[in-house]
Amino acid sequence: MADYLPHTDEEVRDMLDFLGLDSLEHLFAHIPAAVRLSGGLDIEPGLSEPDVAAIFAGYGEANAARTNAMTCFAGAGAYDHEVPAVVKALGSRSEFVTAYTPYQPEVAQGVLQAIFEYQTLISRLSGLPIANASLYDGATALVEALNMAGGATTRSRMYVSSGVHPHWRAVARTFAAGTGHEIIEVPLVDGLTQWASVDTSDAAAIVVAYPNYLGVLEDLSDARALAGAASGLFIVAGDPVAAGVLKSAGDWGADVFIGEGQPFGTALAFGGPYLGLFACTMDQVRRLPGRIVGETLDSNGRRSFVTTLRAREQDIRREKATSNVCTNQTLMAVTAAIQLGWLGTSGLRDVATRCAEGAHYLFDAVTAVEGVEAVSSQAFLREFALRLPRRASDVIADMAASGILAGVAASALAPAGDPSLEGIENVLLVAVTEKRTRVELDAYAELLRKAVA
Amino acid sequence: MAITGLPGGRAASVPLMGHETEPTMFELSVVGRSAAQLRTTGVPTRPLADMVGAAHVKREPVALADLSERDLVGHFTRLSHRQFSVDLGAYPLGSCTMKYNPKFCDAVAADPALNGVHPGAPSTLTQGWLELLVDLEEKLCAITGMAAATLQPAAGAAGELTGLLLMRAYHASRGEDRRRVIIPDSAHGTNPASVTLGGYEVTTVPSNERGLVDLEALRGALGPDVAGIMLTNPNTVGLFEEEITEIATAVHDAGGLLYYDGANLNAIVGVVRPGDMGFDIVHMNLHKTFATPHGGGGPGAGPVAVSVRLADFLPGPKATRLSDGTYDWVAPAKSIGRVHGWHGNAMVLARALAYIDVHGGDGLTRVAQHAVLNANWLRRRLADTLPAAYDRPCMHEAVLSATALKAATGVRGLDVAKALLDEGFHSPTVYFPLIVDEALMFEPTETESPQTLEALAQAVERIVARADTEADELHHAPHHTPVSRVDEARAARHLIATEDAATR
Repeated sequence: MADYLPHTDEEVRDMLDFLGLDSLEHLFAHIPAAVRLSGGLDIEPGLSEPDVAAIFAGYGEANAARTNAMTCFAGAGAYDHEVPAVVKALGSRSEFVTAYTPYQPEVAQGVLQAIFEYQTLISRLSGLPIANASLYDGATALVEALNMAGGATTRSRMYVSSGVHPHWRAVARTFAAGTGHEIIEVPLVDGLTQWASVDTSDAAAIVVAYPNYLGVLEDLSDARALAGAASGLFIVAGDPVAAGVLKSAGDWGADVFIGEGQPFGTALAFGGPYLGLFACTMDQVRRLPGRIVGETLDSNGRRSFVTTLRAREQDIRREKATSNVCTNQTLMAVTAAIQLGWLGTSGLRDVATRCAEGAHYLFDAVTAVEGVEAVSSQAFLREFALRLPRRASDVIADMAASGILAGVAASALAPAGDPSLEGIENVLLVAVTEKRTRVELDAYAELLRKAVA
Repeated sequence: MAITGLPGGRAASVPLMGHETEPTMFELSVVGRSAAQLRTTGVPTRPLADMVGAAHVKREPVALADLSERDLVGHFTRLSHRQFSVDLGAYPLGSCTMKYNPKFCDAVAADPALNGVHPGAPSTLTQGWLELLVDLEEKLCAITGMAAATLQPAAGAAGELTGLLLMRAYHASRGEDRRRVIIPDSAHGTNPASVTLGGYEVTTVPSNERGLVDLEALRGALGPDVAGIMLTNPNTVGLFEEEITEIATAVHDAGGLLYYDGANLNAIVGVVRPGDMGFDIVHMNLHKTFATPHGGGGPGAGPVAVSVRLADFLPGPKATRLSDGTYDWVAPAKSIGRVHGWHGNAMVLARALAYIDVHGGDGLTRVAQHAVLNANWLRRRLADTLPAAYDRPCMHEAVLSATALKAATGVRGLDVAKALLDEGFHSPTVYFPLIVDEALMFEPTETESPQTLEALAQAVERIVARADTEADELHHAPHHTPVSRVDEARAARHLIATEDAATR
């Protein structure tokens, strides 16, 4: 059977001789027999690569929703953007793919400099002075931001707009069981957060999404003022593509920007690996979670890069650490830097603008369909929510039969319902990227008309 | 024995090429250049302010870096020449398991039929993915001897915290308020940090003179307020906790749970299963044991498997095989909730399953055997040069100590590690575990050949031989890398974390 082990039988015997052992099994002789596995693993024998490829082709064929077979209008935090050949080629260079955390900076300047460039790009897009080297995903970036707020204020009440993605709120609730944070979800009306419905004077954090998961762009001035009044952190969960054309988190006065970085060169990938974006003010830099790369000099005075402010990290602080994160999503961060390098200033603006143009064209067409209405009357950029006369999941199934993935059913994101969203079963979230053509948009509107007729 | 006498040339590693300082992408930028090419859509253009309202529009566009495609390729290719990687050469970084990552697994994961699937698409349209996830869960359970698993945690540390929240939910369901989690002093730093974030207090138990958990000290630390213990086995010193059965009995008798930190699972796959040792919760680092690429520090994946009594608490929803043979998302009855924005690092999970399928049960066992063989061979081969911290058979990694070398010559473990970079090898892990003075932790992995191990050993010998006469040069190593020793203190003192904070 083939595998990736280089040793010949003769070499194995030679090495065992050197150790004074008779067999490979003797390497484990000190493990108590009572716990040792007899008879081997209950897993079939190995297969050749082509045989395994056939199994995986079967998995792939059973995914009707694959984007090479279905036109994607699903968003909700994961977007079908153009990823050009050059980004795929550079992002899959094995020097980036098969390295590990840059513990030895003298042989890791490639990854370190790419992360430094990534940090610069995220800092600029967020309008905040410092960004880390990325976190696992947007949802865990929210958790880390709440932990930062807890540490900064020594308070525990976190007021989170219900416009924040339902999965992110769910993840925040899960981890609050350990930190003792209280997550207070503030309701939406017409897509706008009802801050006046709660007393936020004891807030450790005020969290709002821009745009929110229904696509709505809220004016963030009130939320900013409430955070200031409570001396809590103002956390903005932003769409990084929107940051190319809309006011940045920093413009709105955020202390912390978090986001999902998947739109920057990472495939839909069934939800991962993605990358969590995280930037903040300099006031919070000692609490910034995860890796940070800084510029310095080598012993010959040459510009170099190294992971820095290491005293914050878990391997040094151990039980006093405020985060247990010890890796980031470096490969996705490097890819994001490459994708943004490919887009450039005008390219990112074009992508954001084209998404908006397509989304507004489609919005006008589908809201003209009898029985279909917008969930919110507020401004949106590239994503919107529709209330249908039927269950959204049924409409998705009907349209999928004609090759269009119509969006994400809101009820799929919040299986237990959402107090802010009446009749959630009928709500469909629709996203349009720069890849969608007018022909596809027209076809979408026509199929929706048939599906709700 | 003389490995050098074996056929096969000096297959090892070489130093990096990229010695020139590379400008940043911002220094390369020229306003007006652009590489982007977008699809022709035919969608009518509209002014942005008309669509979103002027109050939301940014006045000035955010300046990124403006490059031609050719300059973009040159820049990142030159950066790649300044980066050591497994594909270039041996990377014996202890505890990190830098083994060869099969290209086949990457190719499987690049298939658009997997990679191009939206995570929010309904389960009826993503049956292949759900089946893949169920198949992986079953195989991971077979490997660990557990009943069920969650694939959501995105990394080992995320798995640890998930495991502690499971521990918390389990005790709470029994109406018990337990406050402490026990950790050996040899543990990874993530363990105590995870314990704190899980809402528990850390109690540290010492290791004995054999590098193992001191059983009597453990018994003394146990009590009705102990929620459980986190153990790595083999431990971070590379040694198997031989009294694991006694440890498990003591913890269970006190009402606690055993958490298995799977950082070193690669040493025992097919030999012994955490479930058979008495563990209740197990996290796995798929990027280590199942060879998914480390990506320069992520992505990884940290699935958590549990015994029957904890299965109902697992994060969800989980991909589940229904009685009619189809698949759907199902939340466990008492689920602690989501720990990831979607379903976990799916492409890492797919690579790991491909690796498991290629190897099979027999091949995975051979992987563990050869990893332990290589580590023991290297430990023995270097016994007269850098002695092992504990003079006993090790598992998949050998913790050596430069204490004697430092006393005799002033050359420290860090100097040896840096000098190895000049020899074209990546350094071992240095100064971990904390309980070993001047630690140099070598994990050669099973995919390095005997010839490479011999070349590595000779490189270490050359460095140690120079210590008497060239100590000063070793203090300043490396000399042949893209940059020389980097001033870490300066980076922390004068923080420059973005181009905009730099004065160019």
